Order: sequence, then C-alpha cells, then structure tokens
Amino acid sequence: MSNEFEPKVVAFVCNWCTYTGADLTGTSRIKYASNVKIIRFPCTGRIDFMLLLKAFANGSDGVIVSGCHPNDCHYTSGNFHARRRWMLFRNLLDFLGIDIRRIRFAWVSAAEGAKWAEVVNETVAQLKDLGPYTEYQKATEFLVANENELTEEMEANHA
Amino acid sequence: MSKIGVFVCHCGENISATVDCESVANTASQIEGVAFATDYKYMCSEPGQMRIKDAIREKGLDGVVVAACSPRMHEPTFRKTCAEAGLNPFLCEMSNIREHCSWVHEKSGETTDKAISLVRMLVEKVKRNKPLNPIKVPITKKALVIGGGIAGIQAALDIAGAGQKVILVERDPSIGGHMSQLSETFPTLDCSQCILTPRMVDIAQHPNITLYAYAELEKLEGFIGNFKATIRLKAKSVDHKTCTGCGACMTKCPSKKIPSEFNEGLGMRTAIYTPFPQAVPNKPIIDRVNCRYYTTGKCKVCEKICPTGAIQFDREDEFITEDIGAVVLATGFNVLKPDFFPEYGYGKYADVITGLQFERLASASGPTMGVIRRPSDGKIPQKVVFIACAGSRDPAKGIPYCSKICCMYTAKHAMLYQHKVHEGESYVFYMDIRAGGKNYEEFVRRAIEEDGAHYIRGRVARIYEKDGKMVVKGVDTLLGAQQVEIEADMVVLATAGVANGGAEDLAQKMHVSYDPYKFFAEAHPKLKPVETNTAGIYLCGACQAPKDIPDTVSMASGAAAKVIGLFSNAELTREPTIAVVNRIATHDVSTCVGCFLCETACPYQAIEHEEIKNRNGEVIKTVARVNPGLCQGCGTCVSFCRSKSIDIQGFSNEQMFAEVMSLVAEY
Repeated sequence: MSNEFEPKVVAFVCNWCTYTGADLTGTSRIKYASNVKIIRFPCTGRIDFMLLLKAFANGSDGVIVSGCHPNDCHYTSGNFHARRRWMLFRNLLDFLGIDIRRIRFAWVSAAEGAKWAEVVNETVAQLKDLGPYTEYQKATEFLVANENELTEEMEANHA
Repeated sequence: MSKIGVFVCHCGENISATVDCESVANTASQIEGVAFATDYKYMCSEPGQMRIKDAIREKGLDGVVVAACSPRMHEPTFRKTCAEAGLNPFLCEMSNIREHCSWVHEKSGETTDKAISLVRMLVEKVKRNKPLNPIKVPITKKALVIGGGIAGIQAALDIAGAGQKVILVERDPSIGGHMSQLSETFPTLDCSQCILTPRMVDIAQHPNITLYAYAELEKLEGFIGNFKATIRLKAKSVDHKTCTGCGACMTKCPSKKIPSEFNEGLGMRTAIYTPFPQAVPNKPIIDRVNCRYYTTGKCKVCEKICPTGAIQFDREDEFITEDIGAVVLATGFNVLKPDFFPEYGYGKYADVITGLQFERLASASGPTMGVIRRPSDGKIPQKVVFIACAGSRDPAKGIPYCSKICCMYTAKHAMLYQHKVHEGESYVFYMDIRAGGKNYEEFVRRAIEEDGAHYIRGRVARIYEKDGKMVVKGVDTLLGAQQVEIEADMVVLATAGVANGGAEDLAQKMHVSYDPYKFFAEAHPKLKPVETNTAGIYLCGACQAPKDIPDTVSMASGAAAKVIGLFSNAELTREPTIAVVNRIATHDVSTCVGCFLCETACPYQAIEHEEIKNRNGEVIKTVARVNPGLCQGCGTCVSFCRSKSIDIQGFSNEQMFAEVMSLVAEY
C-alpha cells in the first residue's frame, strides 16, 4: 500500500452511451484506476448539478459527467441540455469559488470502451496533482454549523 | 427499517478472481437495513435464483441487490426472479461489480473495497425504491424495413408471410442491393440474380408489403410499438401509376453517357433509366443531375415519346407519415473507395478494378455479357492478379477488422476467371485464408487444386504500368520473403467492406448506437445480435458488420422473428421509469408552480397542463401533468424543475442523492 493520495471520484453517466461504454471497457478487460465509481442515470439531461455540489460538499475530490456524443442522445436532446447546463454552470461555479478543474465533462459512446478508461485515468492523474479537495467541504460545514446565526444576520441585513 | 437482501455473485471466476466476494457479502451484511447477505458461484443459475427466492420468502425481504454483472445483462432475469417470489420486481437492483470493477481492476484490497462501495450504493438506492407497475401501451402492428437488399427483402417477406403489414423503403430506384450486382455466389456458384429476382418480384406482389423505392426515411419519432415514421418519396419525374414500363423513353434519351451505378461505372446508362432490366419496380426515374432538360432547360424527348403521358417534370419530393410498431434496419454496406490505395493505382490505371466491378464483368447481365474483358482495351486478360485484404486488417489505414467475405469471393473470382478463360493464369495475394463456413474451405481448395489458381501468401507493395501490363510487385512470405513480380493484364482488389453512406445520419435519426466504423451496434454481441439498444428497432445484414449472404439471410429471418414475436402481443408492457408531478395529500395540492420549464425540456411533448379547481369549480392554479404513455423517462425535466415538483420513478432525487452520499461518505 502506498501512501499516495487517492482521489475519490464520482462518475455521473447516462445509461445508453457511457454506462454501456464502461461495460465495454470491462468486456475488453482494459484496466483503469479504481478511484472512480459510476452512478447510472437515464440520461445526462437528468444530471442535476445539485448532485455534483452534494458530492463535493461531502468529500468528493472530483466528478466526471459523461454521456452520448452530440446528436447521438437516446432521448434526442438530453445531452444538449446537459451541455448547455455545463456551459452556464461552469462560469457560475467558477465565480462561486468552486475549482472547476475538478469537473470533467466528456462524451463517451457505447463503442468507446478504451476512451472511457482514458477519461478515468486522465481525470485521476489530474486530481492527484490537484490534491484533496477540502475547501468546499469546509465552507459547507461552516454554513451548516452556523445556519441559524447566518440566517439571523441575513434577515437583519435585509430589514 | 428496511429488510434488504444482498446477493454477491462470483460469476465463476470472473468476479472472484479479483474481488473477495465472501468479504463483500460479510461487509454488506453489516450495512444498516441489510437483513441478509450471501455469495454464490453463479447467481443467475437455477440454484442461484432459488437462493434469492428462498431468502425473499424466509426472511421477508423488502428489497434485493444482486451484485454481479451489468444490469444491461441480467436485470430482467433477477427482477423476474423477485417477481416469482412475490416481491415487486422494481424493488430489485443490480450492482455492477463485474464490468465496472472486477474486469477493469487488478486483484487487490482496493478492488474489493470498490465492490463493497458499489454494493452499498445500490443498497442505499433500493432502500428508497418504490413498488412500481409496468405501463401498458398499445402496438401498431406494422413494420418498417429500411433497405431493400437481400437482408431487407428476406425480413420483409418473413414478416409479411406471418400476416403482418410491412413497409419497405429503398433509397435506390430499385430493390435488390449488392446481391443483384453479383455474378455467381459462393460456395455453390448459384447465379445470384436467378435466386434473388424471384424474391424481388414476391416483394412487389405481396399483398402485405408496401414498397417505396427511391425513398428515404426522413424522421422517426415515438417508441416501441408506437413509432411515427416520415418518409421522403424522392421525385421520380415519372408517374409510376400511368407508366407501363415500356422503356421507349430510355431508348430515345439523348444523355446516354452516364456511368451506370449498377455496373460500377463499367457500363453507361441514360438519364431516364431503370438501374437494370430486372429492376423492381421496373419503371424508370429521371436522374435530374444528368438530365438535359433539368440542366439546360431544353429536351423533353421522353415526354414526347411516352405513349401514356407519364413524364412529369414538375414533380417534387413528397412526404408521407406512417404509424409503425417496429423497425428493421437493413441498409447494408459498401466497398471501400479504392482511391484509398494510391500504391495500387486505382483510378490511374483502368485495368485495376474492384471486386464488385469484376462481378459485373463476370455477370451475364453485365456490360460485357459475362465475357471477362479488361476495361482499358476490351481484350481478354491472360493473367489476372487478385489482391485480398485491400484495406481490411490494416490498422495503419484505419480498418483493423476483417471484412469476412473477401477470401471467399476472391476464390470465387479466381475460379470464375479460370472457367471463362481456360488458358488464363490467376494469382491471388492473401494474408490468411479465412474460409470458415459450410463447404467454404472445400470451395477454396477447389479453386487452388482443380482450377489452378496460384495462391501467394504475401502483400503487394506497388502496382505500375509497363508496356500495357500492370506490374504487380509483392512478396511471397512462404518462400522466405522472396520478392515476386507479376506482369498482369488486370488486377482485382478485394476492397474492404465499409458502412454504407449515410449510416451515421440514419443512426442519429433513429437513436441507435453505432461503432467507430459507423456499423450499427447490436444490443449484445452474443445474446441480442439482431436487437439494437433502442427497443423496437432491429437490425440485420451487413449494416451491422460485413457478412455474406447466408449469414445475412439468417440474421434477417432472426430480426423478422423478433418483430413477429413483438406483434404477437395484444399490448406491450413498458418499464415504469417515467416522470411524475407530485400531488400532496388529497391529490388536490401540488408544489408545482406551473412555470412549465419541464414542457420546454421534454423531447416527447409528454407534459400536459392540468387545472386544479376548488369546490366551487374555480381554477386555483394550473400545474404540469405527465402523460405516462408519451414519457420515455429521460428525466431532463427533473433537473429543470425549480420547485423540485417533478420526479422520475426509479431514478428519483431521493435515490440519486442517496447514491452520491453513499459513495463519498467515509465508512
């Protein structure tokens, strides 16, 4: 066992392309870092960014969002919604102080088993460079612990 | 408190080789809410399934997690098992510890730890699963077959033969596909047209089949049992209702020098044409790109000569929509454009031709009436070189796969050539001879031993012209990489089979997956070879991968059997993975604020407006309602909803947040 930092990564993937692509990675016996754990969604359009924030707030060092290539969505347009959401949220999250280098957005089709392994390995390598992500977690803990005082303060300011 | 059962599968050694399954089961039994956990060698086997059923009954389980392969493989199996033991099938989920864990990581503590967290994640999900009931939807019992080659013809005839309606759409002016271009077929040397054309006629005459030739699929909407297809009927400029197919127009058309697609450019056709004499439908269309009237505004000879007044120059493309229950994709393949091989000089030298062109030369209906004449001067070639694997199995050129049919048709070509030119010599350069199939190896041996084709194992580096001969420089690897030089009269390239033009566009229109080479992807390489990942869309023939006629025909019958099976149901049951707008208390309150962002997000127009009224019948507010028949369960609306009033069954916010939390929390 090495003492090297092992990032905790959650992958949010769609059922039709990337989940199946990751199945193909398995069928092809291509090895990749075991840090990444996959959660299956029906479509990238379903992936609410609150889920990403929840992951960061509770100890995730990075996340991957991956689905069908543009035009290949099983539901016609879900991946376009996901892409648009990412374009908008990227700037917002950046503004809010969340390190967007920790979010990897990718297109991996059902036929791209090798690409999935690459995406995982690249993301894990980058997160190893970046180190553990505790800032957002600390901020969240602070907000939760001081919820009452903060609310009072906010209301006082508002009045 | 939940009573969840966890069943960890070894999958023989597929999982247990890298994951300590016993440890996974032991740790799982400690998870809060888990009442029972066990491991077994083959959970999907009869005794494995019995363990699940027994545990459900004995322990009174209210949820099941099977940690095994991908849910795409066995979710239906285990859900059925649970249902048989009296548990609602939607309370069963699979944790993918094979494809996503044991197969992609080395044997180690981390791999087992990952398997444990994947199990924990699904336990947390199942705790929040709700019993659901499948949705029943009606079926339109009419199939759409796209592509009128031998695959589409076979599928259409089989479905129609079972008493179901079929619409066959063909892009070209006639059905028949590549098979109609072939001279004779391996390994029996049947005349291709003799066995194909009767089936083409059957298509035209079958009461259950509607044929749209010279038409393309424009749009496909809907879902299994309930598709709506929009078909573009390309303007033929000839009214096929009044045209009798007499052919007078074709004899008088002044544009006679257009390379015939059917003859692979070795013969000429007119601008108003049928691709070949046995075409179905056997009525001409006008090729507007080459027609003198459309290009210069003057001519109309065909209109003057037509005895029935069938020529209609002002016709435009028409669109029709059809309700369809199932689709069979049979769009076939094409051969690699040989300008891919500058070293072989295709295009530069008229006597370097493709296998498909050789078929036309050898065909009795071809431009030379079946006499092998080389294109440059029409002489009968005395020495012919055949090059197998022209493009195939060449990763450097981007085609690493074997095109499967070339070994056989090259042997056939050599044989046909020897049969037609008795004193001629044929040479075949090959990498390996792949003759798997009934009577295939014997066929190749016959070409070598009885017909005297010279087989040389090695690659050809270059072809150049010298004194009217094609000099083929290659190597014979069985003679210790000795260089070989053959002065040939003609060279035939067995070019790689590639996906047909427009395959990617079509796949995107239909939402089916395709591989990096644009061949359509089957749902499972072994167990679902004729299904696509999109329910209700099936595939057969060379659009899935290059394959020969026997394989294509069997696959087409397989796809047809799937369609007939589907149509044998009175109605379909569909997974209840659909969105629902919450209704609190007595169903007359909802947190929905009626912004209808969900409506803008929905690709299926499944969001309806519902008015909530008070006792006096006055509208309090208008909220969203999901039409369960239309919703396909993508869940895009769920992430759009500002008030979190819409949720998706099976992938609910509660479930998904629980999954995220279980993965990131420390245990």
